[in-house]
Amino acid sequence: MSLSPGFSGRRGFDTSRLPPGQYPTYDFPVLSAGPTPEVDTADWEFTVASETGWRATWTWEQFLALPQQDVTTDLHCVTRWSKFDTRWRGVSLDVLLADAETAADFVIAHCHGGYTTNLPLEDVLDGRAWVVHAYDGFPLSPEHGGPARLLVPHLYLWKSAKWVRGLTLSPVDEPGFWEAAGYHNHGDPWREQRTWQD
Amino acid sequence: MSDWRRAELRARTPESTTARTLHLTVDGWPGHLPGQHVDVRLTADDGYRAVRSYSLSAPADGDRIEISVQPAPFGEVSPYLAEDFPVGAGIEVKGPLGGWFVWKPERPGPVLLVAGGSGIAPLAAMLRARLDLGDAGPPFHLAYSLRDPGQRWFGALLDGIAEAEDPAVTAACLYTRTAPPGHPRPVGRITAADLDLPGFRPADGALAFVCGPTAFVEKAANLLVHLGHRPDRVRTERFG
Repeated sequence: MSLSPGFSGRRGFDTSRLPPGQYPTYDFPVLSAGPTPEVDTADWEFTVASETGWRATWTWEQFLALPQQDVTTDLHCVTRWSKFDTRWRGVSLDVLLADAETAADFVIAHCHGGYTTNLPLEDVLDGRAWVVHAYDGFPLSPEHGGPARLLVPHLYLWKSAKWVRGLTLSPVDEPGFWEAAGYHNHGDPWREQRTWQD
Repeated sequence: MSDWRRAELRARTPESTTARTLHLTVDGWPGHLPGQHVDVRLTADDGYRAVRSYSLSAPADGDRIEISVQPAPFGEVSPYLAEDFPVGAGIEVKGPLGGWFVWKPERPGPVLLVAGGSGIAPLAAMLRARLDLGDAGPPFHLAYSLRDPGQRWFGALLDGIAEAEDPAVTAACLYTRTAPPGHPRPVGRITAADLDLPGFRPADGALAFVCGPTAFVEKAANLLVHLGHRPDRVRTERFG
């Protein structure tokens, strides 16, 4: 006998692109823990700092002058929606970290509004992470993280921190905001690493 | 424990002409905090599965939980839950989930709840948990933005608050399109005046919870920040 009689569900999308427990959406939902910070590009700065004391800073104009990449990718949010073929423009972390003096294994992203998230360095190199400033051909809107956010599409979307203002390279891992509030430390959607229990 | 637990539908009660609260009994439910949510999993006869998240709209009560569902047009899961899911049948739930958008009843200090539409659901759990504390609880105010009186969820809860006339627990409906006759507030979208309330100002140490559709949450949270609330004292949950 059925547990839930009469439920048949909806198909008709490419399920091979959908990690376990996700469903496709055509909207672009927003998940943020607090108010959207107001960030002005006139005083925007992006800083990368390492454990050796090395640091590099870009103003908005300098950031836009770096080599830009167009990225089309699927997004997977831990709240179970996935969005296919999203189009972004920004700077690869390979560029931003190219000159870093570091032996660190971890990256902590810092954001306007106080949000942080932690990532293994290997997850953000080799063309797998960007700082993006345009979505679908337009400047990134504030509620989606504008003027600039991290994009790490192979991990759940909370790792793609909005309103990013810098990266710290660290030899030790340090749980970020959601990672300390119950979300998984790594967040691989294909392995369903949603929470501490997974 | 990431286990899915079996939940049985005990009753379904209306919140509006279309929205329903589902009263479920969950095997081995560990309890939850007001504001937390659950993942709900449905399995079709051929094994196809769909999972969605729903806020819990009532505080912990043994093995009983409540979720409140607004059926989305052409939705895969919500119309089934709101309309077709038979009483006595089952679904699976996982949770409780979420460690940030929660109110812990032992927390002192005033709480400002700001709801837009169906965003009232997790805030109703907080409000009920507060009422359970009686005179010992901190001040609570709910600002509830809704389209018209037909969309007023948790009517009995709100009527009870109005009738009690307890200055420590108050609720205001902010109608955006049609208000009931004699309603004191002009119809319209939420404004700073709806949130600038004695006892719930930044200097009072108020903690704000804002829940609703994205555009509503953006507006309300920005109003609170401009009123001087620290951003980390404004917790938000956005739908869609």
